[in-house]
Amino acid sequence: MIDYNVAPFEVVRDYDKCVNCRVCERQCSNEVHHYEEGFGKMISDSAKCVDCQRCVCLCPTKALKIVPNQNAFRPNANWQQKYLTEIYKQAESGGVLLSSMGNPEPFPVYFDKILINASQVTNPSIDPLREPMETRVFLGAKPQTIERDASGKIVTKLPPRLKLSMPVMFSAMSYGSISYNAHAALARAAEKLGIYYNTGEGGLHKDFYKYSANTIVQVASGRFGVHKDYLEDGAAIEIKIGQGAKPGIGGHLPGAKIVGDVSKTRMIPEGSDAVSPAPHHDIYSIEDLRQLVYSIKEATEYKKPVIVKIAAVHNVAAIASGIARSGADIIAIDGFRGGTGAAPTRIRDNVGIPIELALGSVDQRLREENIRDNVSLVVAGSIRSSADVVKAICLGADAVYIGSASLVAMGCHLCRTCNYGKCNWGIATQRPDLVKRLNPDIAAERLINMLTAWNHEIQEMMGGMGINSIEALRGNRLMLRGVGLNERELAVLGIKHAGEV
Amino acid sequence: MKYNGKTYKVNEINDAIKAAGGTATLTEVLGERFIACGLKEGVVTIEGTPGNALGAYLDGAKIIVHGNGQDAVGDTMNEGKIVIHGSVGDTLGYAMRGGKIFVRDNVCYRAGVHIKEYGDKVPVIVIGGTAGCFLGEYMAGGVVIVLNKDNAKDPIADYTGVGMYGGKIVVRAESLDTVLPEQIKCRRMENGELSAFTPYIKEYCSEFGRADPKLWTGTVYLLQPDSNNPYKRLYTNN
Ligand code: SF4
Ligand code: SF4
Repeated sequence: MIDYNVAPFEVVRDYDKCVNCRVCERQCSNEVHHYEEGFGKMISDSAKCVDCQRCVCLCPTKALKIVPNQNAFRPNANWQQKYLTEIYKQAESGGVLLSSMGNPEPFPVYFDKILINASQVTNPSIDPLREPMETRVFLGAKPQTIERDASGKIVTKLPPRLKLSMPVMFSAMSYGSISYNAHAALARAAEKLGIYYNTGEGGLHKDFYKYSANTIVQVASGRFGVHKDYLEDGAAIEIKIGQGAKPGIGGHLPGAKIVGDVSKTRMIPEGSDAVSPAPHHDIYSIEDLRQLVYSIKEATEYKKPVIVKIAAVHNVAAIASGIARSGADIIAIDGFRGGTGAAPTRIRDNVGIPIELALGSVDQRLREENIRDNVSLVVAGSIRSSADVVKAICLGADAVYIGSASLVAMGCHLCRTCNYGKCNWGIATQRPDLVKRLNPDIAAERLINMLTAWNHEIQEMMGGMGINSIEALRGNRLMLRGVGLNERELAVLGIKHAGEV
Repeated sequence: MKYNGKTYKVNEINDAIKAAGGTATLTEVLGERFIACGLKEGVVTIEGTPGNALGAYLDGAKIIVHGNGQDAVGDTMNEGKIVIHGSVGDTLGYAMRGGKIFVRDNVCYRAGVHIKEYGDKVPVIVIGGTAGCFLGEYMAGGVVIVLNKDNAKDPIADYTGVGMYGGKIVVRAESLDTVLPEQIKCRRMENGELSAFTPYIKEYCSEFGRADPKLWTGTVYLLQPDSNNPYKRLYTNN
């Protein structure tokens, strides 16, 4: 069949600078570049380029750039080019469209319509370089009542909690969807930073058991890699109900990625798919969820907090209210812009709601029902900067999860083709020659650098507000104002408009 | 050691079982959940009806129930053995990845969902009687055997093997009238093929004190998926 589509990108090479070193050829797993003996120069097949920027970064003479293809279908505000492109693909293949990373469509980003307060004159600001600033947080249930033993002494046994040096954790990304080296980097960085990384749903590679104090282990519907030692190894256990990028859709790692150690870690044969459908077929109610939560607690002797992760969907507040009564210690909510290794395009781009609105409504609902302290709230999808972290905390989050941001720190350029399995940055791939491009020590250092900087920025913003402890920031909506938001949006977020006192 | 379940909260029962090195007899059990969750060693004998999630994440111990089990028996079990002298409820052996479960009589919906295997770690479920709908749903490996000891007409029910992409379901039946999903290949087994499964049948018989040959006569069907990459052709990269 004739391919009706045109290349989305164009590779532009400055032949005055190109020295035919062939670095680009070796670096591009999509086989875009090659040396043409006859012409004595490098030639590029733009049609195969996914704009991952790898060759651009590594070209020693900076001879390359990737630009959007200027070739244009006849402009049409309704039938945008992407709709034609996608129809051509489906007409050719008959396939369900598959994409990766977060929803790229131009929906409003509420974080960008929220501004943070600062002190002036009264309640002076605090200089974080001079004064102590507390960014440490504890996640888990907070006891509501004081218990005393028979002799009247206060019982000080607290429910299990997670201790974070700053309110950020690395969100669930499975070994399989990302590489061994990417996992290693996340684990090392989490340990150094005093935070946590999350195994995702593919089990835990033996080499990473040593990071157990900084590991959150995930349990999804397929339970791949789940067994008692795995549960015991986690500092916390996360039950994955949903994921922001694909609410209502499960996980599915294709057999092509079930190779070597990935197969061993998931305990399924090489080449077999690993299917974790959306529903846990033993959970049909909050009571059933409660049973899974408690079976995990029983198996781990009530020593570890249990997280329940859901996608932000329309009735998220009611769902969270149920989860807060299920015995879970932490609720993680993933917004519709959350990343993914692969999701059907239609789901990724059309299902779910923004995390800012979900968080605003969940926090307010749990407070109204007086159960906010039953659980901690962790939000994700998508947190892009320390300012997003501060805004999320003011909207009621205890901490945030970052996934895409951590991959970007390691080199990801959001080319959104993780599902091809050929990530040139050695992140979303299992191909050994590509994986080895990611040096876990350097990647860990980059992660540590980024979050250390974010922590300073968080402290500066807190200091500016005259607040010296992150606890005092949580749910502190007075520190936020909206710009260009309507009454409904402000009400859901629970904040005032800029200019209002 | 003996424990009377009625006087204990569940985690106290589990604490006591562990304190006794894993070996204990529980009497008058009446619906207590999570018994022997994650237990690594020992033999827990239960008289009565244990509650849901009996032996979840079981990791090597043996559980014997003189009575019926409820839902989620052997959930995500890794090693060990569960023997039920009676019937059980839904989701028996959910996502099992090792060990064996023997149920003397019948099982309800969704037994063997998501069970998987790797190398020589092959979970086995032997059901003496009949199984409800969705048996072996999303099954990725392992063996489920339905012995149909009382010669029921339809020993398995609708939607058996839906979404299954690995493993084997063995059913003894005069004829199989159940409507099976498209991706399941179903055929009569030849005599020689049965030998691969006879050790499990023998084990069933010895656990429940039955003479074996009678159980293993008549027609036996083997259900297997046609592919271990069920979604391969479904998607196109965008
Ligand atoms: S796919 Fe990446 S490495 Fe290959 S040409 Fe495009 S930008 Fe360069
Ligand atoms: S992880 Fe790799 S494939 Fe995925 S978006 Fe980032 S650079 Fe592209």
